Amino acid sequence: MTLLLMGLVVTGLHAQTKSDLPNVTLKDLNGKNVNISKLSNNGNPIVITFWATWCGPCIKEHNALNDVYEDWQDETGVKIYSVSIDDSRSTAKVKPVVEGKGWDFEILLDVNSDLKRAMNVSNPPHTFLIDGKGKIVYQHTGYFEGAEEELYEQILKISKKKK
Amino acid sequence: MFLSFSILGGLVAQAQDFIENAQVSGSFQTDAQYYMLDKGIGITDLNGKKLGINGFGKVNYTNGNFSAGMRFEAFMPELNGFRSELNGVGLANFFATYDNGFIGMTVGDIYDQFGSGLTFRTYEEWSLGMDNALRGARVVLRPAQGITLKAVYGRQRYFWAPYLERDFNADDYRGIVRGADAEWDLNQSIAALNESKFTMRLGGSFVSKKQADQSSFYNIPENVSAAAARINLGYGNWAFGTEYAYKINDPSAINNFIYKEGRALLSSLSYSQKGFGAVLQVKRTDNMSFKSMYTGKQNDLDINFIPPINYTHTHSLPSMYTYSTQPNGEMAAQLQVNYTIPKGTALGGKYGTKLAFNMSQVNDIVRDSVSFGNAMALNQPGTLGYTSKFFAVSDHRFFRDINFEVDKKISKDWHLTAQYINLYYDIETIEGHAGSPVVKANIGFMDVTYKINKKQSLRLELQGLWENEVHKGYEVEESEKKDYQKRGDWAFALLEYSINPHWSFSIADKWNYGNPVEEYRDHYFTGTVTYIKDATRVMLSAGRQSEGVVCVGGVCRTVPASSGVSLTVSTSF
Repeated sequence: MTLLLMGLVVTGLHAQTKSDLPNVTLKDLNGKNVNISKLSNNGNPIVITFWATWCGPCIKEHNALNDVYEDWQDETGVKIYSVSIDDSRSTAKVKPVVEGKGWDFEILLDVNSDLKRAMNVSNPPHTFLIDGKGKIVYQHTGYFEGAEEELYEQILKISKKKK
Repeated sequence: MFLSFSILGGLVAQAQDFIENAQVSGSFQTDAQYYMLDKGIGITDLNGKKLGINGFGKVNYTNGNFSAGMRFEAFMPELNGFRSELNGVGLANFFATYDNGFIGMTVGDIYDQFGSGLTFRTYEEWSLGMDNALRGARVVLRPAQGITLKAVYGRQRYFWAPYLERDFNADDYRGIVRGADAEWDLNQSIAALNESKFTMRLGGSFVSKKQADQSSFYNIPENVSAAAARINLGYGNWAFGTEYAYKINDPSAINNFIYKEGRALLSSLSYSQKGFGAVLQVKRTDNMSFKSMYTGKQNDLDINFIPPINYTHTHSLPSMYTYSTQPNGEMAAQLQVNYTIPKGTALGGKYGTKLAFNMSQVNDIVRDSVSFGNAMALNQPGTLGYTSKFFAVSDHRFFRDINFEVDKKISKDWHLTAQYINLYYDIETIEGHAGSPVVKANIGFMDVTYKINKKQSLRLELQGLWENEVHKGYEVEESEKKDYQKRGDWAFALLEYSINPHWSFSIADKWNYGNPVEEYRDHYFTGTVTYIKDATRVMLSAGRQSEGVVCVGGVCRTVPASSGVSLTVSTSF
C-alpha cells in the first residue's frame, strides 16, 4: 500500500499536465479582470515579471525590456505581463508611471499581493518565463544591467518562431 | 462488496487526481547576522547576542480550484531591530481555499483588503517582521458579473500569542474582527458599458471589532465599527478614485483614550497618455487608528491601513529620512509627473529621456478644544478629545519632499540616473526625538552604469546629503549629543561589478563627515557578494550598518547600528 502510494506520488510528480499558473484573478489598468491561470499567447512564450513603482532595479529592468520588446515580439512572439505589487498607497501611480515611461507591457495590478504569494515571490524584481503550455520553464530574481540577454536566450530556447 | 470496491475505486481515482493534477510550490528565506563589537560606532556591548536569525519556509499546494498552504517561521533569536516578541519557532500561517469563480471559501490565515484598506487590510511584510493576518474564515461571492461580496471573521496574528479565547485580562488579548465588503463594477455588469470609454466601480465596506473592556479606569466600548464608501471613475485617459471612511469612538493607547469618532478621505486624480503621466493625490485622516487591541502600540494589530502617499525613496541617503504615517491625523497631498522626451528629438536623443517630478507634503490637522465639565480641554483622556474642521490645515508641517529625476540611456553601454531631492522632515514628530531640530536637507543622487560587454557591467552610485542648519559648525550641548547621531552632512559611494547572470560584487561607504558631533563622524564601510541562480539568491555582506529606518509599504522599523557579517539565502520552487 505504501509502495502504491509512493508510486502514485512519483507518477503524480511526473505527470503534471496542467498549467503552472495559479487560479488568481487580477485587474488590468482598465479595471478588467484577468485570470492568471487562463493567460495564453497562442502557444508562444509568456513572461511574467513582478515590480513596484518604488523598486529601483525593477524600473531599470522594465526600461531595458521595453527597449528590446518590439524586437523580441517580432522574433519570438513573446508577450510580457508586468505585475505591479504596489498597494493602496501607490496603486493610483501605476498607470501614470507606466504611461509616463512609455512601457508597452500588459500591466496587471496585484494590490493585495495574491499572485505574489501564490507564485512565491519574495522580493521584486522576479521574472518568470512560461512556455506555450503554461509551464514555468525559467525564473530569475534580481536585476543587473544586461540580465535581459539571459532571459532572451531562454525565450529563444522555447520559441516556435525561432529565426 | 461491489459497493466497497467502487468506493475504494472512487477514492483511488480521487487520490490520483489529488496528486496528478497538483502543483506544489514554495519558498524559503533565511536572514542571519553575526554581530561584532565596534567601539568606533558606539557598539561596546552585544547584550549577549552574537547571532540573529530570521527564517521562513512556505509551501503551497494547488489543484484546480483548491489551494492550501502553510508557512513555518523561525526567529532564533530575531535580528536586531525586529520585535523581541518574534523570538520563537513555529507554524505561523496556514490556509485552505476553494474558489470556483462563483463562491470562494477560505479557512485559516487570511490576507485581504477592502477598497484602499481604510477599514480593513491584513498583510505580511517579511522584511519588517510585520504580519497582521486574520485567522478565521472568509467567504467571497460573485453572484453576477461585476458583483463581488466578501465577508471575513477571525482574530489577528499577534506574534506567537495563542488565538483561542482566553482570559480577557491577558496582555495579549485581542478582539474578534468581522467585516463585509461589496463591490460593483458597472462595466462588467451592464452589457452596454462593456466596451465603454467610461468606467465606474462602486464599493462599500463595514468592519467591526468586538473587544473586552480590560480597563478599570475608562469605559471601553466593546463593539467598535467602521464603514467606508468608495468610487472609481475613468474616462479615456482620466481616472478618479476616492474613498471615505468613518469610525465610531474608539479610545486607545494610540489616541490617548479620547472618545472621538474617526474619519479618513483618500482621493486621486490622474491623467495618462503614452509618454506622459500625472497623478494628484490628497488625503485627510483624523483619529483613524483601528486596532483589534486597544492597548496596542506601534504597528501592532492594525485592522486598517492608512496609506502614506509620499514618494518612496530606496537609495541609501534619500531613504534615511522616510516618512511614516501619523495615525492620529494628517493632511497630505502628492503630485507626481512622469514624462518621456521622445526618441530622436534634440533632448531625447537616440533612446529618449525619462523625467520624473514629485512633490509631497504632510501637515497636521487642526484641533480645537472641547468643553469638559466647566473647562475647555484639548486631547485629554476620557473626553471627546477635540473638534477638527475638515478642510483646515495646521501650520505644523510633518514632512515635505520635492524631487526631480532624470533617467537617460546615453549610449548602448552607458546609462545615467540622477535625482535632486529637497527634504523637510520633522524628526521630533516622526521618530519621537524630542527637542531635535527639523531636518532640512538637499540630497543629490547619481547612478551611472557602464556595460563592459554582454555579461559584465560596472555601476557607480554617488550620493550626498547636506543639511541646511545642522552641520559641522552647529553647536550641540553635551547633554543633547545623543540626539545628533546620524545628523549633519553625509556622503555615500558605491561601486558594483556584476557578471550576468550569477555574480555581483560591491563595496560601499557611507560617511557622516559633517556631523556636528566629532565622535559621530563615522565611516560605514560594507562589502557585499551576491550570487543568483534562477530563483535562488545568496547574499553575503560584511561591514557596518548605520542606525536607520527600513520602510516597506509605508510601514517602518528602526534598525540599530551594527557591525558584523550578514547572510541572506532565499529560494523558491
